[in-house]
Amino acid sequence: MGNDTFRIRDYEIVNRLIVGTGKYADYDIMRDALDASGCHVVTVAVRRERLVDKQGRSLLDFLDLKRYTILPNTAGCFTAGDAIRVALLGRDLLEKQGNRGAGWVKLEVLGDKKTLLPDPIGTLEATKELVKEGFTVLCYSSDDPIAARRLKEAGAASVMPAGSPIGSGQGVLNPLNISLCLETLKDGDPNYPVIVDAGVGTASDVTIAMELGADGVLLNTGIAHAKDPVKMARAMKLALESGRLSYQAGRIPKKRYATASSPFEGVISYIPGE
Amino acid sequence: MTVYNRDGMVATIQVNGDVRPLTRGETVRSLLASFNLKPEKVAIEINKRLIRAADYDKDLIEGDVVEIVTFVGGG
Repeated sequence: MGNDTFRIRDYEIVNRLIVGTGKYADYDIMRDALDASGCHVVTVAVRRERLVDKQGRSLLDFLDLKRYTILPNTAGCFTAGDAIRVALLGRDLLEKQGNRGAGWVKLEVLGDKKTLLPDPIGTLEATKELVKEGFTVLCYSSDDPIAARRLKEAGAASVMPAGSPIGSGQGVLNPLNISLCLETLKDGDPNYPVIVDAGVGTASDVTIAMELGADGVLLNTGIAHAKDPVKMARAMKLALESGRLSYQAGRIPKKRYATASSPFEGVISYIPGE
Repeated sequence: MTVYNRDGMVATIQVNGDVRPLTRGETVRSLLASFNLKPEKVAIEINKRLIRAADYDKDLIEGDVVEIVTFVGGG
């Protein structure tokens, strides 16, 4: 794909696929899947250290911090206040590691545990605070174009509408809304980065998101819980490239009736109705 | 050495949700060492406020709620 990069403030995104590090059977499979996906940015969560029964294997031992930019999330937070606490902790940890991900955060302020859908008010509040704290905020959002616009106005460096609920594997449920989000966010600002986050179940979902004009796709479960995560990671990589190329190439408009690919001129056959 | 409060009760702190007695001179750094954790591999909060590494040698006080966090797999 050559130099088909995009920017989120100071971050140049070299590969448009962002992959999560959760839910793999083990860290070795995770490492191989991340490698096969071609991603340069990986998401992580902030959690209590296990003080007893610690097995000694830590995520950080399996991530090449020179290769990957770590994007810490605020998953599991249901209030703006908690999301801000977690973002500050994640930044502190990454500063200690010297990883360039120390400047940004994937903001999630969730509404409830059942749907994991974003709380739009809490997300907006946390965005404003984190922008004040100097963060580059990547906002997990619903696919509501108005909510997306409000988050951008509040200073979000990227808005990341969900294709469908986190981990649901339902793909892009409302392509119209995703395209409205893209249209709204990029109006007069074509380089504003929009990433479809959540819901990817299989490779074609990634292609669809990219064909709609998304700058990138963020996914986790679709790879981690596939029967063969490493093979699925490669499928996702190819699907992303396909979707991106297809978007750039420009699809044909949909028509109600057929249009023949072979000319009618010069046919020697009987044509009904003529 | 265990610290006793004004009521003669054992002074406690909370670490990652567990209540434990406060020992005299306990700091974030000594706490991490007791759990065999490297300070650069964790981040610390006391009473819901981020504590930077420069402050890891300050004494903990009775009632402190300490969170020791790290990165785990997530999406």
